[in-house]
Amino acid sequence: MGTYLQSLVAMVDPYLMQILVNVGIAIVLALGLNVIVGLTGQLSLGHAAFMSIGAFASAMITIKTGLPFSLNLVLTGVVTALVAAIIGFPILRLTGDYLAICTLGFAEIVKVFFLNFEPTNKALGLTVPAAKTMIPMPIYVLLVAIIAIVLVTFVQSSRFGRALKAIREDEIAAEAMGINTTRYKIQAFALGSFMAGVGGGLYAHFLSYINPSDFGFLKSVDILSMVVLGGLGSVPGTVIGSSVLASAPEFLRFMSQYRMLVYGALLVFLMVFRPNGLLGGVNFMDLCLRAIGKKPAGVALKQKK
Amino acid sequence: MSILKLEDVTIRFGGLVAVDKVNLTVEKGTIVALIGPNGAGKSTLFNLITGIYTPTEGTISFMDETIAGKTPYHIAAAGIGRTFQNIRLFTQLTVLENVLIGAHTRGKCDLTGAILKFMPWVRREEGELYDLAIDCLKQVGLTYKAYELAGNLPYGEQRRLEIARALAIKPEIILLDEPAAGMNPQEKHTLLEMVQAISRTGVTVFLVEHDMKFVMGISDRIAVLDYGVKIAEGTPEQIRANPKVIEAYLGKGAASDA
Repeated sequence: MGTYLQSLVAMVDPYLMQILVNVGIAIVLALGLNVIVGLTGQLSLGHAAFMSIGAFASAMITIKTGLPFSLNLVLTGVVTALVAAIIGFPILRLTGDYLAICTLGFAEIVKVFFLNFEPTNKALGLTVPAAKTMIPMPIYVLLVAIIAIVLVTFVQSSRFGRALKAIREDEIAAEAMGINTTRYKIQAFALGSFMAGVGGGLYAHFLSYINPSDFGFLKSVDILSMVVLGGLGSVPGTVIGSSVLASAPEFLRFMSQYRMLVYGALLVFLMVFRPNGLLGGVNFMDLCLRAIGKKPAGVALKQKK
Repeated sequence: MSILKLEDVTIRFGGLVAVDKVNLTVEKGTIVALIGPNGAGKSTLFNLITGIYTPTEGTISFMDETIAGKTPYHIAAAGIGRTFQNIRLFTQLTVLENVLIGAHTRGKCDLTGAILKFMPWVRREEGELYDLAIDCLKQVGLTYKAYELAGNLPYGEQRRLEIARALAIKPEIILLDEPAAGMNPQEKHTLLEMVQAISRTGVTVFLVEHDMKFVMGISDRIAVLDYGVKIAEGTPEQIRANPKVIEAYLGKGAASDA
């Protein structure tokens, strides 16, 4: 099984495979942030901090215990989610800009912490041993990305997800509907950070070297741009947004030193022409149903009346 | 039997006494209106009952349990539904989702339920919530707009959607903050019948309203608030003849003329 998958991976161009893995990890990270920013409406600028906690936790677990990789990732996610819940408890009382500044500060603290933390080699960074799994990394990343997509899609249309959306739309009204807003905000924050942690774990084992300065403010902004570009709150949008932004620097490589310039211009143009993101405010299911010539659920009900 | 009881409820914002020692009892199954000039403290009183503010003094009890000082979501879950004076719908969500969020307290499935969405008990609960939501939409006549965005509804329908959302809590009592504001006479008439129909289902109605014709036509009892003080309470006939009420609304001269 393992060797079969290995040979399958070997058939794909390694450069392309690298881009695909980057896209997969970006999808996991961005979907996590989408739960916090897109669904719950809590602006977080510290997503990379949770990614770094996940990356270092996962690396340390592999080094110290050598647990199987899937168990490792779950444990990593739980650790990250716990940190998020502890941090979230005081700071999620803030809203909007104030919360953003708080998460920004927290991200800096985490970075400085790892830069001075002896067990993870301080600023030298950590060399991560190979993941303990039969499945090759690229396929592993793909599987986790699919699980993440299914998970967030499920969450979005559930009672839990509706409560999050209610908080995003109007907190006072949400409370008047019997929703414990603080609890749901913390849960959403923890869920999003769980995914950030898992994404960090994948990142660490794929690159096999991590450095605290990889997870700075710019990384958080990168992830946030993926969510905003795709459309806040939209799962297919986030997937497309992260695919585009995670692969754009590679596809633009033929422009050599101008590529980041074009990348920036691309972002600006997209925001000017689609301020709600690529799929923001679009019901993806309706769009698909229309594309195959069927009527969306809403229209069907209207016509029955 | 009293369902909602306010005893000496007072709230001060700094030096301003917005609600001053108000005593009020709402009987189960009745329609009670709270009226008063602008700034009399009507909405503040609603916010006190629903837990947005905590009274400085006094107690509020709902079905013989003290609710003053509890959080808004506890109070909502206990069975008090409300609408807002300045409509507070979840505008970017569909009409159906709005009502489903209203039905939040009627469900149990949490994050684990969201992950195990395909499990039979989760699907059963979703089905129940959906049926409840559709039922509430029927009561206000908005079923045909279930999949439209709430923010795209015309004003009058937004007000009705707020009522449907509050009904989805399956409340014992529903607080309507100026439900007829901005409606034309036709819409007001529809609303009047709607509120009476809701009342017939056994839900107690407590409303704030400025439209006197509406209030007089619908209420079993009326309480009048002026500068935070309750100045009168009684049946619509008693209130209409009360000199203090006329004075509060029309000034001192008008009261002596009448």
